[in-house]
Amino acid sequence: MFGKLTLEAFHHEASQNGAVVGMLLAGIGIIAGITYLKRWKWLWDEWLTSVDPKRIGIMYIAVALMMFVKGFADALMMRLQQALSVGDAHGFISSSHFQEVFSAHGTTMIFFVGMGILFGLLNLIVPLQIGARDVAFPFLNALGFWLFASGALLSLVSLAIGKFSTAGWLAYPPLSGLEYSPNEGVDYWIWMVQIAGVGSTLSGINFLVTILKMRCPGMTFMKMPIFVWSSLCAMVLVIFAFPILTATLVLLALDRYLDMHFFTAGGGGNPMMYINLIWAWGHPEVYILILPIFGVFSEIVATFSEKRLFGYISMVWALIAITFLSFIVWLHHFFTMGASPGVNTFFAVMTMAIAIPTGVKIFNWLFTKFRGRVHFTSPMLWFFAFVLNFSVGGMTGILLSAPPVDYQVHNSLFLIAHFHGMVIGGFVFGFFCAFTYWFPKFTGFFLSERLNRYAFGFWFTGFLLAFMPLYMLGFMGATRRLDHYEASTGWQPLFILAGIGSLIILCGVIIQAYGLLMSIKDRKKNQDVTGDPWNGRTLEWGTSSPPPFYNFAVIPTVNHRDPLWAIKRGEAPEPRMDYEDIYMPVNTPMGMYIGLISLVFGFAMTWHIFWLALASLAAIIVCLIVRLSVKDEHQIIPAAEVKKIEERRQQNA
Amino acid sequence: MKSLTIHDTPDLYADTSIPDPHQDAFDKTVFGFWMYLMTDCVVFASLFATYAVLHGSTFGGPSSHDLFDLSTAFIETMILLVSSFTSGMAMLAAMRNKRHRVIAWFAVSFLLGASFVAIELHEFAQLVHEGNSWTRSAFLSSFFTLVGTHGFHVSVGLLWMGVMMFQMFFLGVTVETFRRLVVFNMFWHFLDLVWIFIFTFVYLMGVI
Repeated sequence: MFGKLTLEAFHHEASQNGAVVGMLLAGIGIIAGITYLKRWKWLWDEWLTSVDPKRIGIMYIAVALMMFVKGFADALMMRLQQALSVGDAHGFISSSHFQEVFSAHGTTMIFFVGMGILFGLLNLIVPLQIGARDVAFPFLNALGFWLFASGALLSLVSLAIGKFSTAGWLAYPPLSGLEYSPNEGVDYWIWMVQIAGVGSTLSGINFLVTILKMRCPGMTFMKMPIFVWSSLCAMVLVIFAFPILTATLVLLALDRYLDMHFFTAGGGGNPMMYINLIWAWGHPEVYILILPIFGVFSEIVATFSEKRLFGYISMVWALIAITFLSFIVWLHHFFTMGASPGVNTFFAVMTMAIAIPTGVKIFNWLFTKFRGRVHFTSPMLWFFAFVLNFSVGGMTGILLSAPPVDYQVHNSLFLIAHFHGMVIGGFVFGFFCAFTYWFPKFTGFFLSERLNRYAFGFWFTGFLLAFMPLYMLGFMGATRRLDHYEASTGWQPLFILAGIGSLIILCGVIIQAYGLLMSIKDRKKNQDVTGDPWNGRTLEWGTSSPPPFYNFAVIPTVNHRDPLWAIKRGEAPEPRMDYEDIYMPVNTPMGMYIGLISLVFGFAMTWHIFWLALASLAAIIVCLIVRLSVKDEHQIIPAAEVKKIEERRQQNA
Repeated sequence: MKSLTIHDTPDLYADTSIPDPHQDAFDKTVFGFWMYLMTDCVVFASLFATYAVLHGSTFGGPSSHDLFDLSTAFIETMILLVSSFTSGMAMLAAMRNKRHRVIAWFAVSFLLGASFVAIELHEFAQLVHEGNSWTRSAFLSSFFTLVGTHGFHVSVGLLWMGVMMFQMFFLGVTVETFRRLVVFNMFWHFLDLVWIFIFTFVYLMGVI
C-alpha cells in the first residue's frame, strides 16, 4: 500500500528535526496568517491561478527566496561543521548527514534558487522590455512555474520524510546507483530535478517564442535591450541543454527502477557516460544562469552612467559566442577522468577561449562608465563588487582550465572557491542588483537605500572572508565535502575564518529581510509615482509602477536602442494614445493542479507507491486533455475602460 | 511557415470576427511546437549517443547481429510511413472543412499506429521471453530504452489522435482545432523521422 514508506522515514537527527519543526511552524504560521487576514480568495484569484507573467515572476522569486533560506542554512551548517570537526572533535552532525547536507545545498541553490530567480526575472522584465502585453503561451508559463514549485516542494518534503541523496548535487554513478545508494535519497533527487527540469524546458520554449515573435513594432534584433538578448541566448541554451538532463535522469532512473545497466559497474554499463551527459547539460546550465545577469548589468550600468551602453554590437556577439562555446567545454569538469591529452587539450583551449567574449563584456561595462555620469546607488555597488569577484573567479577559472593545474586542484576547495566566486559574486550579486533596480517597477515603492548599503557591506566582506581562505585551503590540499580533518593539517584557522565570513553574510541576509519587511510596512511613504525613478532607457519605465495588468495601454513603436531616452531627448515622438480594445488570457487553476499532481507523482515514485504514481499520471493526462479541448478563453477590456484606467493613473501621478 | 497560416482554411462557420487574443496564436503555436520538437530531438540525440557508446557492451550476451530481424523492422517502417501519409490526408480533408473525412483518415492512421506499437511490443516480448531483456546487458538496456522511448511517443501520439477525433466529432474544424491538428501532424511526422534513424542506425547497421 505505501511502497517503501515506513515510520522509519520520520526518524531524523536532532539538527534535521529542528529544521522540520521550523518548517512546519512557518507553514502553519503562513496558513493561519492568510486565514486571519481573510486573504484566501485574493490569493486564489490574484496569484495561484494567475497567468499574468508579472504575478508569475513574483511567485518565482518568492519561492526562490524561500529556497535560498534553506540552501543558506545548509551552507551555514557545513561551515560550522568544518570549523569545529578537527582531530578528536567531531562537530555536531554525523558524517552521513553531512553528505546529505552538501548534496541538498547544491541541488537547492542551482535548481530551485538559480533557476527560480532566472525565470522570475525573465517573466517580470522580458514582456515589458519588448513592449508586449503577455508571453507567447500564458498557460505554459503558469505550468512551468508550478512544475518548478512542486520540484522545490518535493525537496522540502524530503527534509521531513526520509533521507536526501548523499551522492552530491549531480549524483554521479556508480555511487548513485542502486547498489551503493539503495535508499530513497537519490530517487527524491531524480524526481525533484526531473519535475523542475521539465518545467524549465517548457518555460524556455515559451520565452524563446515570446522574444522572437512578440517584440513591438520597430524593435529589430539590433534594437533589443541587452537583457532581452542575453535572455534569448540563455533560452537557446535551455532548449538544447535541459532535454539532455531529462534524458540522463531517465536513464539513471531506469538503472535504479528497472535494473538496467547504463551506468552500473557491472552488466557492461559505463559510469563515465553519465558524467559526460550530465555535464553536457551542466556546463550550459551555468551560462543559462549567468547570461541574463550579464544582461542585468548591461541595463543598470548604462542607466546609472547616464550614457548609452558602450559596444552594443560587440556585446551581442560576445553573448552569441559564449552561447556557442558553452556547448564545447563540458569535459573541463573532469579532466582527471583520463581522456587522452589531445581531448583534454581541445577542451582546455575552448575553455580559455570563453574568457575572450567575457572579457569583452567586462571592458564594455567599464567603458560605459568612462566619462559617464556615474551614480553610486546600491545597484551600482553590487556591480562594482561583481566586477572584482567575477574577475578573480574568472582568473582562477583560467587556471583550472589548464589540465596540469587541474590535476593538482581538482575537487579541492580551490574549485569550490572558484565557482562560488562566479555564482555568488556573479549570479547572486547580479540578482540583488536587479532586485533593487526593478523592485519599484513591480511593487510601486522603493527598498530602503540605507539598509541596502549596509546589506551590501556585510555581503561583500562576508563573501571575501568566506571564500578567499578556501583558495588557500585548496592549495594546501583540502578537498571538498570533508566532514572531518586532522589538526596537524593546520587548516583549522582558515576554516574558522571562512565560518566567520559566512556569519557576516548571515548578517547581510538578515538586514535584507528586515529591509524588505520595513519597506513593505512603510510602502505609503516611499512610493514611486512617476513609474520612472531612475531615468530609465527601456520601455518598462514608460509605463506606471506597478504596470497595469495589460502592461501597455498602447503597444509602443520603437526606433532606437534606448527608446525612452529618445523620447525624453526629443529624438523620437511622444507615443500617441489611441486606445484600443485589449485582449488578455483568463486565469486558470489548471497549471497549479498539474503541478501539484506532479508533486504527488514524484513522491509516489520515490517511495515506490506505484498505484498512486499511476493514478497521478492518469490525472495529469486528464487535466491536459481537458485543458487542450476547450476554446482559448480570453477577456476583452474595451477601449473606454482602458481610457478610464489610464486617466485615473495620470491623475494620481 | 506562411503557407500554413490559418487563412488557408475556407471555414465558412469559423468565427474570425474576433481578433486573435494573442496577436497571432497560430504562428506562435506552430513555431513553439517546432521548438518543442527540437527539445525532443535532443532527448533522442542523447539516447542515440548512449546507444552508440553502449552498442558493443554486450557483457557476454547476444549482440545486434544475433537479435535483430530486418524484415519485421521493414514492415514497421512501412506501417509508420503509410500512417504518416494517411494523417497527411486527414490534414487535407481538414483544410476543406470535411470533418467526417478527417475522422475517417485518422481512424486509418490510428489503426496503423496501433499495429506498429503492437508489432513492437511483440518483438520486445519475444526478446524478453528468450532471456534477452533489458537487464541482460548495457547494449540491451540502451536498445530497449531508445526504441521504447520512440514507441512511447507513438503511444502518446495515438492517445492524442483519439482526442483529436473526438474534437473533430464534437467541435468540427475551428480556428483552435485546426491549429491542434497542424501541431499533431508535425508530431506524427517527427516520429517518422526519428524512426527512420532508428531503422538505419539500430536495425540496418546492427545486422550488416
